[in-house]
Amino acid sequence: MNLPYRPLVLGISVLAFSAAVLASGNHYYAPVTDPVVREECGSCHMAFAPSMLPASSWKRMMANLDNHFGDDASVDAQTAARIGRYLVANAADTGGRQYAGKLLRGVALDNAPLRITELPKWVREHREVSAREWRNKDVRSKANCVACHSAAARGYYDD
Amino acid sequence: MRRFDIKTLGAIALILSTPVAASPRDALLTQYAAAAKVAMPAHSGFSAVRGKTLHTRSFAGGKADTPACVSCHGNDPRAAGRTRSGKAIEAMAVSVTPTRYLDPAKVEKWFRRNCNEVLGRPCTAQEKGDWLTYMTQL
Repeated sequence: MNLPYRPLVLGISVLAFSAAVLASGNHYYAPVTDPVVREECGSCHMAFAPSMLPASSWKRMMANLDNHFGDDASVDAQTAARIGRYLVANAADTGGRQYAGKLLRGVALDNAPLRITELPKWVREHREVSAREWRNKDVRSKANCVACHSAAARGYYDD
Repeated sequence: MRRFDIKTLGAIALILSTPVAASPRDALLTQYAAAAKVAMPAHSGFSAVRGKTLHTRSFAGGKADTPACVSCHGNDPRAAGRTRSGKAIEAMAVSVTPTRYLDPAKVEKWFRRNCNEVLGRPCTAQEKGDWLTYMTQL
């Protein structure tokens, strides 16, 4: 029997390519474009994509900057207002909805979670990372996305 | 012949008599020196040696996980440091990172945060001046 190899190979390639594009699409979170937000939210850790948390979370976060996970991250009122507006406008349940995907599944929005790394989807996606890897001196913390996701700064969080 | 009026001449004279504009860094040091003099009339300039001591010694008054500047910035100001969350911090020495300390508001912001976290209190003008002198002279 003579199989039509060429169309078959072509078809499989197209399928594989689409799958790759779709898969990467699930792991894309548009990076911060506002220069003030990038500077102020990206000094100690990378400036996390606003689409990784719902608007309620960002509001809660901005209201407690003087105790930001134990650190003083306070800024002047004008800067805080600008950052808050940007984060809320591009959050997982507002302007950044297209990127958030399943990230908010199982998340109570009125609960305003503060840690991206405690979202059920984040935990699930990272369950294969061992404690030893987290302790690696180049990783240091779960906030250091770029240690493993080399293209995180551009928004890509593929494996 | 076109004649310059007195105002134009005055303006030119003013521009010529103004000393070469000091960099924002020098302006900051001048400001710290004035404040240090007020706080301590015996103030006699800043010292890079004292700045180095401040940068490297440990304090008990701040947060336990950041007892010293070098906890995050590393022992060599000419090398990059690392935040506790793992992000790299550009070298603090001006000779390596020439863009540093040009924005006074940014300098003050970080002194405010970091002095509180490391020393458990705001830094004095003397300490800020010593530290900045150390970083500019390295």
